[in-house]
Amino acid sequence: MEGFSVDERKIRVVVAKPGLDGHDRGAKVVARALRDAGMEVIYTGLRQTPDQIVETVMQEDADAVGISILSGAHTFYFTKIIDMLREKNAEDVIVFGGGVIPENDIPGLLEAGAGAIFGPGTPTSACVEWLEEAVAKKRAKE
Amino acid sequence: MESLLEKAFHGDIRSIARIISLIENDNPVKDALLKRIYSMTGNAIVLGITGSPGAGKSTLTDKVIEHFRRKEKKVGVIAVDPSSPFSGGAILADRIRMQRHTGDPGVYIRSMGTRGSLGGLSRGTRESVILLDACGYDVVIIETVGVGQSEVDIIKIADTVCLVLVPGMGDDIQIMKAGIMEIANVFAINKADKPGVDRVAAEVRLMLDLVKDRPWLPPVHLTIAENGTGIEELVGSFLAHADFLKNSAGGAQRERRRLSFEVEDILLQHITRIAEKKWLSYKTDEVMESLLSRKNNPYAVAEDVLRNIIPGTSEN
Amino acid sequence: MNFIFKEERLSMNKDYAEAKARFEAGVMKTLQKNKERKEAFTTGGGIPLERLYGPEVLEGTDFTKEIGFPGEYPFTRGVQSTMYRGRFWTMRQYAGFASAEESNERYRYLLASGTTGLSVAFDLPTQIGYDSDDPMAQGECGKVGVAIDSLQDMEILFNQIPLDKVSTSMTINAPASVLLAMYICVGEKQGVPMDALSGTIQNDILKEYIARGTYIFPPKPSMRLITDIFEFCSQNVPKWNTISISGYHIREAGSTAAQEVAFTLADGIAYVEAARTKGLDPNVFGERLSFFFNAHNDFLEEVAKFRAARRMWAKIMKERFGVTNPKAQMLRFHTQTGGSTLTAQQPENNIVRVTMQALAAVLGGTQSLHTNSMDEALALPSEKSVGIALRTQQIIAHESGVTNTVDPLAGSYAVESLTNEIEEKAFEYIHQIDEMGGMLTAIEKGYVQKHIQDSAYEFQRAVESKDAVVVGVNKFQVEEKNKDMKLLTVDASVGERQIKKLHELKESRDNLAVSNALESIRSAASDDSQNLMPVIIDAVRAYATEGEICGVLRGVFGEYTENIVL
Repeated sequence: MEGFSVDERKIRVVVAKPGLDGHDRGAKVVARALRDAGMEVIYTGLRQTPDQIVETVMQEDADAVGISILSGAHTFYFTKIIDMLREKNAEDVIVFGGGVIPENDIPGLLEAGAGAIFGPGTPTSACVEWLEEAVAKKRAKE
Repeated sequence: MESLLEKAFHGDIRSIARIISLIENDNPVKDALLKRIYSMTGNAIVLGITGSPGAGKSTLTDKVIEHFRRKEKKVGVIAVDPSSPFSGGAILADRIRMQRHTGDPGVYIRSMGTRGSLGGLSRGTRESVILLDACGYDVVIIETVGVGQSEVDIIKIADTVCLVLVPGMGDDIQIMKAGIMEIANVFAINKADKPGVDRVAAEVRLMLDLVKDRPWLPPVHLTIAENGTGIEELVGSFLAHADFLKNSAGGAQRERRRLSFEVEDILLQHITRIAEKKWLSYKTDEVMESLLSRKNNPYAVAEDVLRNIIPGTSEN
Repeated sequence: MNFIFKEERLSMNKDYAEAKARFEAGVMKTLQKNKERKEAFTTGGGIPLERLYGPEVLEGTDFTKEIGFPGEYPFTRGVQSTMYRGRFWTMRQYAGFASAEESNERYRYLLASGTTGLSVAFDLPTQIGYDSDDPMAQGECGKVGVAIDSLQDMEILFNQIPLDKVSTSMTINAPASVLLAMYICVGEKQGVPMDALSGTIQNDILKEYIARGTYIFPPKPSMRLITDIFEFCSQNVPKWNTISISGYHIREAGSTAAQEVAFTLADGIAYVEAARTKGLDPNVFGERLSFFFNAHNDFLEEVAKFRAARRMWAKIMKERFGVTNPKAQMLRFHTQTGGSTLTAQQPENNIVRVTMQALAAVLGGTQSLHTNSMDEALALPSEKSVGIALRTQQIIAHESGVTNTVDPLAGSYAVESLTNEIEEKAFEYIHQIDEMGGMLTAIEKGYVQKHIQDSAYEFQRAVESKDAVVVGVNKFQVEEKNKDMKLLTVDASVGERQIKKLHELKESRDNLAVSNALESIRSAASDDSQNLMPVIIDAVRAYATEGEICGVLRGVFGEYTENIVL
């Protein structure tokens, strides 16, 4: 009914494409899947600097930020973004991502602070489920 | 809450963002907060920029922000996109066009989904404008899709509404006719380097002609948002309208109407909340059975629920 | 019994009709006991597939007009009369990474192993007109291709590679003019004149806006740069393919086969129109247009797609543009097997996928082919896996036998039917784009992007619901333990080395000459009537960097802002 209060808190996710990589098919498919799961997705578009991504997360009060990188520059961008969030006292923001990321690099990213890396072939439902759980855990701590 | 508000007043972006989230989620502290800060509002110029998808609203907004920033004014932007009626989720992509301002401490951009609201804006929009106003933003821009008869929320919240049109819309203008005249205070015909711009301008001016004797005659601007053509003049009209609102009888009348709408909206929100609660507790299996078997009817049930909220109901 | 040539309609042939009715009755009986695997079968692109295609498909076909002979209009069967009996397709493996030194090594390895052409992959900063020391280049140097900042890097890249003996394809779009200028200067230094250089530049900006994302300038100045190159090359570098109108990326972004053809040819139409408006003759520059397609999974659909594309383009050039020169009517193309079909799970399976895709491209009559390596879902290919990819092509060429006769699948009822259907569907899209006012408008309105994204999302849903099976990913999975794959890595030192090189270059070159050359570019750019190639070549020769040249052009042309369609 129009006007009835919507009690559930929406999950807000920033989906970002850092750097010069222009392959956005995956990011857009994930954005749609998250939207279909009831989340509000702030899509940043291409060529974002880590600064822009972090500032967007702050302004949008996002629960999570999803980073898509297919250009091999993942270690650089993930660590930059995670460090910047920490500097701004926003380490509670969930960082996740995907793209072309070799398995060997994943432990490093997780150690740096990423919550999950979804490699090629991961069904979007796995991403949605993981995110819902992670956000629930995060909110329980608030 | 207090500390959050303090930090917001001091310009802490995350605090501002958090409060807006509280507003959007209809958090119980919301009302107290709004009562507290309301007296600090009234200084910001509140602009509404609306028009069909593809008209170039976001690009236009981006240039308008640039213009105000050059004058060192703080700008807040609320970009509203429709939420999916099926999932309740939304893809909010308006800020892409304004992303270059992300990083400028004098600009705050927030994306919102309509979250079930049918008037083109989300319920949290008005209250977020109040917050940004109270936090010292000189200009607050609300950007939204929609321009038909149903998307009229914008006039209840923005002081100045700018309708963005593009050449090649043709018949769409006819369809929009019913809403245009009432909604817009300023017209921007964007992508003015495309063929057909003169026709659109002529059509708009023709329709404006039919509604004479208005204290404010909406100007029609030709713009090319992509390269900034016409933006300065457009902003000039925004400021002129803001002036008009402050200093004229027509303006005062509009402000009264707006405030009246505001009270009505809040009332409706409260009543809806209460009604929902009452109905949920009233709604037993027996009640539903009686409806199914047609022993009772929805009208009587509704009246009964209402009687618990507003005594004397059904005596109309 | 020649159904195709005789007037007698097949449907009037009593014997056939009776036999067919009997067959169908038999099928009904079988279905009652054994259902088929699905309710309905379609190609990957959604075209319904019949249980059985019969001679009715060809009934009424005017063979010479619609299928014809290879090397003759409408080129359905191929662009040369002898095709692979004369010469195999060019085996051209896309390669490039890290710095020019490492890439040069890889090129010499490939040439020694039997590739017949080079294909250069540039890193993202180079593709987007940024030098390695630009802040936007941080973390990206050398990662997806070789970092080229100046002529100096280009000289290293082609060290010991004779440009008069090798044809080089460069995957470069927005700054194509600069890289072409560098290639010309390297040739100069080797003593190879411009008219002896052969190769291709991708130079297709429209697909960048649609699907690939490495654009710099807005559409109008981009089209100007492209047509400047057409003009310059037709006068000075006649053997050069000045554009590779691409569908590969459109397909990778998620389109169907019919959309791939439609949007690629629609891009082609836009380029031909732009060149013609500039005063160039389609009969002339049309010879130097080339195309680039994807070789995806659905084997029959892919073969049909290539044939349909050739026939469509020939018709378009002849009927829409009045082209009479057969060489300018033919669609010559390079193919790459579909990167997005590669799986990270059980990567060896990718060798099989690539083989089928490559075979489809060969049966589709491609002029040049790149086969992906099995490890490319994870990283750039290692030397070993790129070797296998090349061998795949060589085995098809020498051992499969399909190259010993021309267009062997012609006349197949299924293939000819699919060829017709793809053509029909694709022309529908092109018609809609025409109605909208052409490709540039369609892109602006997001029409193209929306179709692609919808197809991409539908495919993802099909995979997640297991309607579409991806072996190893949603079926036949195993516990993955391939952690010991030797993947190629590119480390951050590349960026550091490039920055140092740049610094040294700027100290040792004639900076006055450079700044004069850049000024000439700036003034030529502001004047639409001037061809930019000569002034860019001058600047390149003086060792102006790519970033400096593109910086000047950005100043004059502005930058394109992404059109978001979600």
